[in-house]
Amino acid sequence: MPVVDKSSRAIGAVRQSFAPWNDPSARPLIRFEGVTKRFSDAVAVDSVTLDVYENEFFCLLGPSGCGKSTLMRMLAGFEEPSGGRILLGGEDLAGVPPYERPVNMMFQSYALFPHMSVEKNVAFGLKQEGLPKDVIAARVAEMLKLVQMERFAARKPHQLSGGQRQRVALARALAKKPKVLLLDEPLGALDKKLREETQFELMDIQIELGTTFIMVTHDQEEAMTMADRIAVMDAGRLVQVATPGEIYEQPRNRFVADFVGDVNIVDGTVTGREPSGLWRIAAPGAAGPLAVDDPDESLDPGQAVAVAVRPEKMTVSRERPEGENAFEGEVWDIGYLGDWTVYRIRLDDGRILRVTRANTTRFVERPIDLEERVFIGFLPDAAVILSS
Amino acid sequence: MARHTLRRDEPRRRGLGRKLVIGAPYLWLGAFFALPVLIVLKIALSYPELAQPPYGPTLDLAGGWAGFVAFLGELSFDNFAFIASDDLYVAALGSSLRIAASSTLMLLLVGYPIAYAMAKAPDGLRGILVAAVILPFWTSFLIRVYAWIGILRPEGLLNGFLVSIGVIDAPLTILNTEIAVHIGIVYTYLPFMVLPLYATLERMDDTLIEAAQDLGSTPLKAFWTITVPLSWPGIVAGSLLCFIPAVGEFVIPDLLGGSDTLMIGRILWSEFFSNRDWPLASAVAIVMLVVLVVPIVLFREAEARRMEESR
Repeated sequence: MPVVDKSSRAIGAVRQSFAPWNDPSARPLIRFEGVTKRFSDAVAVDSVTLDVYENEFFCLLGPSGCGKSTLMRMLAGFEEPSGGRILLGGEDLAGVPPYERPVNMMFQSYALFPHMSVEKNVAFGLKQEGLPKDVIAARVAEMLKLVQMERFAARKPHQLSGGQRQRVALARALAKKPKVLLLDEPLGALDKKLREETQFELMDIQIELGTTFIMVTHDQEEAMTMADRIAVMDAGRLVQVATPGEIYEQPRNRFVADFVGDVNIVDGTVTGREPSGLWRIAAPGAAGPLAVDDPDESLDPGQAVAVAVRPEKMTVSRERPEGENAFEGEVWDIGYLGDWTVYRIRLDDGRILRVTRANTTRFVERPIDLEERVFIGFLPDAAVILSS
Repeated sequence: MARHTLRRDEPRRRGLGRKLVIGAPYLWLGAFFALPVLIVLKIALSYPELAQPPYGPTLDLAGGWAGFVAFLGELSFDNFAFIASDDLYVAALGSSLRIAASSTLMLLLVGYPIAYAMAKAPDGLRGILVAAVILPFWTSFLIRVYAWIGILRPEGLLNGFLVSIGVIDAPLTILNTEIAVHIGIVYTYLPFMVLPLYATLERMDDTLIEAAQDLGSTPLKAFWTITVPLSWPGIVAGSLLCFIPAVGEFVIPDLLGGSDTLMIGRILWSEFFSNRDWPLASAVAIVMLVVLVVPIVLFREAEARRMEESR
């Protein structure tokens, strides 16, 4: 096995330049301290402690009903926490009404005022501050230029397309230069193509303005694309807070591994550790004992664990691959997606593993077909051990 | 062949059916609205007579074309000229408009909070509240207005209560004043104000208020800049729905207003039944109709706009 110099390794192909959360001297802009929200019969948010830094694009990710929206609404001031504190720039926000918080929100439904033109919508927040007319007009023009909606200034919201409304909502929320912009499923109402374009536009705007963005979404792809860090939430609790790379490549547990991206999970038992640091795991159904390169030091022989491998980090071949990690099975389904081909391979015990293959060439020699006996292989550092 | 003929006939038959369905309401409006208005207009242009019917001229078709021309020649605008020249009618119309306007304003002030509270009530409660607003209709309008006599008269419930708790020493004169007319109109017309307001407020998206507050607007300011403008169609519809019938109101001023309250509906009644001057009464009715056409047109436009926005 080739020796890899680990000193220059980073986890995931992510942006590297911005990481205040690793700097012990950095002070967070927003701090949730043991924040809990109880509604009459249910706990929506359960003692969440979380720091968000200035200039950060932070994302709350989770299935619907996980408490991510409630957490954001508490920051906006629409809900009061039942317990804990929310600090903004070191100041406790308790009792500060929404209209006095330096936080603006872009609503999922956009909530544009239907009786006002685009221009008036964007100017609304500035008017509340009692700014002089020419200052407001200049700021509105600047905002409409930012979102490329200058030509639509006089239109009413119902005369705009979904994508245009989304831009107006963004301009309106940014017009007051908030310290923090909250985005509630900002791209949820857009179709797929437009959503992808808008993702990068939003990122560009965030970098240009340097405003802290906190986004709520249930779409893991959206979170992965845009966020500096992601907080994965489930049932009111934070499950993992990390960069997209860490969330994807080093998920803390089954929930995160399963919720973010596709994953194959096989159960096994730790049998020992080699001097090189590889963990040995006995997994029923595998062609031999598995070798996994995981930095976790706390595992004990005999411990039950799960080994998670992403489909794109596995190979499928007719011959048994080099290295120990292999499963044998039969090709059950083949899905051709253009850029990827998905193989669903049925092991002899009935379990199905997914393997994807990047279609880097137009022509394939002797392609693997349905019902062929094949081997699945993966490298030790392609897998992650999930202990919980 | 037979099938072909049938097929070809189908659209035409359907066309006839459509015409019948669409024609029915026009027929209804023609028979029960346009025709009566034309009859009233004709009577308004006639002169009173001690005869049966109590006005002339009457059209005698036996006279042929010459008879018809003579008939037209006898019609005149004298009644309208009389109405314009006599202060009583102008004053009655003026005070009707004034009382209707001030009652409508009071209805709006009372009705808006009720409609707002209904629209913001929890889902389960809303239906019950709407039913509660409609419930008074289960009792006759006349009886409900009579009931107010019992409440408002000097020895009535209201005065008895106020005297007993010591707010006043002697009973107030409320019955047979314009105040009593206002109370009566506000009470009986309230559902007509509340329901259109409720319909627009209930449809309003609450996140708009959140968005306004998020952008720095206090709750009160958000109410004036967002809620009120968006409920404007409901305000106009409710106000006109109350104002228009209130102008011609007869029962309420007659029962609660006493002899001093001058309203055009009462004048109309007395011209018709006391003086038996059908032509003058009809002329008063026509004048009232013309005066009300303006708010009716406004009402229709507001309704059209409301439909447009609710698409």
